[in-house]
Amino acid sequence: MINVYVQIALYLGVLLALAKPVGYYMARVYEGKLPALVRWMAPAENIFYRLCGVDAKQEMRWTQYALAMILFSLLGVLAVYGLQRLQDLLPLNPQGFGAVSPDSSFNTALSFVTNTNWQGYVGETTMSYLTQMLGLSVQNFFSAATGMAVVIALIRGFARHTVETIGNFWVDMTRSTLYILLPISTVLALVLVSQGVVQNFSAYQSVPLMESASYDQPKLDAAGNPMKDASGNAVTEKVVVKEQSIALGPVASQEAIKQLGTNGGGFFNANSAHPFENPTPFANFLEMLAMFLIPAGLCYTFGSMVGDTRQGWAILASMTILFVGFLAVAEYAEQQGNPAFTALGVNQSASVMQSGGNMEGKETRFGIVNSALFATITTGASCGAVNSMHDSFTPLGGLVPMAQMQLGEVVFGGVGSGLYGMLIYAVIAVFLAGLMIGRTPDYLGKKIEAFDIKMASLVILIPPLIILGGTALAVMLGVGKSSIYNPGAHGFSEVLYAFTSAVANNGSAFAGISANTPFYNSALGFAVWFGRFWLMIPVLALAGSLAAKKRMPVSVGSMATHTPMFVWLLIGTVLLVGALTFVPALALGPVIEHLNMMGAH
Amino acid sequence: MLKLIRPALISFLLLTLITGIAYPFAVTGISQGLMPFQANGSLIVKDGKPVGSALIGQSFSDPKYFWGRPSATGPVANNAAASSGSNLGPTNPALMDAVKGRVQALRDADPGNTQLVPVDLVTASGSGLDPQISPAAAEYQLARVARMRNLPVDAVHKLVEEHTEGRQFGILGEPRVNVLELNLALDATH
Repeated sequence: MINVYVQIALYLGVLLALAKPVGYYMARVYEGKLPALVRWMAPAENIFYRLCGVDAKQEMRWTQYALAMILFSLLGVLAVYGLQRLQDLLPLNPQGFGAVSPDSSFNTALSFVTNTNWQGYVGETTMSYLTQMLGLSVQNFFSAATGMAVVIALIRGFARHTVETIGNFWVDMTRSTLYILLPISTVLALVLVSQGVVQNFSAYQSVPLMESASYDQPKLDAAGNPMKDASGNAVTEKVVVKEQSIALGPVASQEAIKQLGTNGGGFFNANSAHPFENPTPFANFLEMLAMFLIPAGLCYTFGSMVGDTRQGWAILASMTILFVGFLAVAEYAEQQGNPAFTALGVNQSASVMQSGGNMEGKETRFGIVNSALFATITTGASCGAVNSMHDSFTPLGGLVPMAQMQLGEVVFGGVGSGLYGMLIYAVIAVFLAGLMIGRTPDYLGKKIEAFDIKMASLVILIPPLIILGGTALAVMLGVGKSSIYNPGAHGFSEVLYAFTSAVANNGSAFAGISANTPFYNSALGFAVWFGRFWLMIPVLALAGSLAAKKRMPVSVGSMATHTPMFVWLLIGTVLLVGALTFVPALALGPVIEHLNMMGAH
Repeated sequence: MLKLIRPALISFLLLTLITGIAYPFAVTGISQGLMPFQANGSLIVKDGKPVGSALIGQSFSDPKYFWGRPSATGPVANNAAASSGSNLGPTNPALMDAVKGRVQALRDADPGNTQLVPVDLVTASGSGLDPQISPAAAEYQLARVARMRNLPVDAVHKLVEEHTEGRQFGILGEPRVNVLELNLALDATH
């Protein structure tokens, strides 16, 4: 039993120990003082800018920065959409997959460009290798780099004073890709291969089954229509399967950036539960570490760039405390298992021989500890990779991922998006504190004024509007309800989870829901887009406003924002805003289901 | 606006070539050169022919074999070309029926066995391809397999132990038994 604590402590220990070196490295990269490790690449970077017609020294106002970011993202949408629609004509398609449907392509394009990676499709039966690596994998890099660029712009807003500009989008995005994401991904991909993640361009491998299997399929007549017998019942025929076709592909290269960039779109349908994406506990440890590595590091980058590392540690402390709280609930709920199984003669207690607990939708090698840990990390970050099926979690175990996404994914959060989300909460927190004591609020020497609070409010208010509005719409419409898989309150949770995940740009799912329909493909497609850019634009506006302000000298009236008191104030603000917004919706889904489950036994 | 279009187009194109072509091909080249076994699916080869993957589970229903995790893939279990979990919620009656049926099948195959059934043996895995079961699930089936094969229990127990992996580095993950490799070994000794 001690092992639970050892595994979790090891994870948090390694993560927090890496926050400073990674954060320091990133701060150097963004400040243009390239560390020796990558300084040799600088000439190539300069040639790159010359080819692009970019003057790296010329900075942008926030409006230009936002425009560049949106333009770059739109190109991504076109490329990913086009690749899917034309994949049957393009190379690297050994399984001969046809073009993806227009609505699914639309959804997938928006979803990968916005760092969501919601998967309405089944990867290994839909996407050619070319689409995976040239479309999806590339967006894993670009959407991550975009998020990192935006948070760096916001940090500059705090760090600078009385200037009009917040940096150059092309430079920030390029450096994120070349100096941070690409080197770490390459190393991670190779270590993952050593653990058994596949990396090849071969057609699927056929192997004989030790024991053949069979299934019934509808018999078709000469014209291809299902045949019926005299009484009108469908005629079926028995199909015997003697071979197993094993899906392969260039998986490791995509897996590495999928985790590191908190993207989460699996090469395979089962995502990181698939043994070829996540074969061993060590691979799993690295995949979990990769999800939080950059978000944790960015906290230090923030502190370093604003000239007071204590500010970064305070943010990191708030994130860590929230994370441990959520993790405890998920671990406990999943280890308790399903009370209904006990009467069936099933042993769910943990021992040295088995992990026990709620094993439906979980893999043996991960057991309860690493499944609940992965689920809490992937939804704390805006990753959305899964190594177990969240739809089959216990009601409270499934509430944790949902609640973390609804808080805006600020528990470490996505690369870039997590920190800018948390900084928005920090602005709200100093504003609330200012109201309580009747002083003009300030954060890091910047006076927080009406415009800044308006921008912060947009970031806080837009997500619940789309999540709750979208869920309400879907459960009122026939096309929304017909996709629900599980009955009762759990079915409502599936819809709520879908919209939450889309708006939060997470991409994990209560995957029983059939989301590959025109209604969900379009509704969730718009949700991911607004959930991304309607937040990024106010964040950049805030960055511009902050950069233009004077820096106020620290006075006796200034609130210290690096103290334990501020850490708790920040945690309180996050929880309060989230709870006020989402408790009623959660009560209708997971809470009712939990009461039903416990009441029935 | 126009000033932004050229950098957008060219940086998009160049970075796509770097991250979408150079990167995956470089990783493939190194992997195929240094780790071809893993990079190609950890295939188990017998007499020069692949007989399965050490990482991908197969289905067993014959009592003389160890059974693996139930699989929710369609149209047949353990379809390695379409991975999937069941996605059944914890209060879904269909989940209760499925578990009840699996418990019954295990009892029918081994009528004298009155132990509680380890949970991983009656719940569908996340991928539908889980290659492993818990040591408890192997232990539960041990006597049955030995009886069906007229082997001493000790001999089967020894084989199970040989195919049991502990936590990685003694800490990470859970102990587990590879079902396909165990069954191949059983057939080979028998």
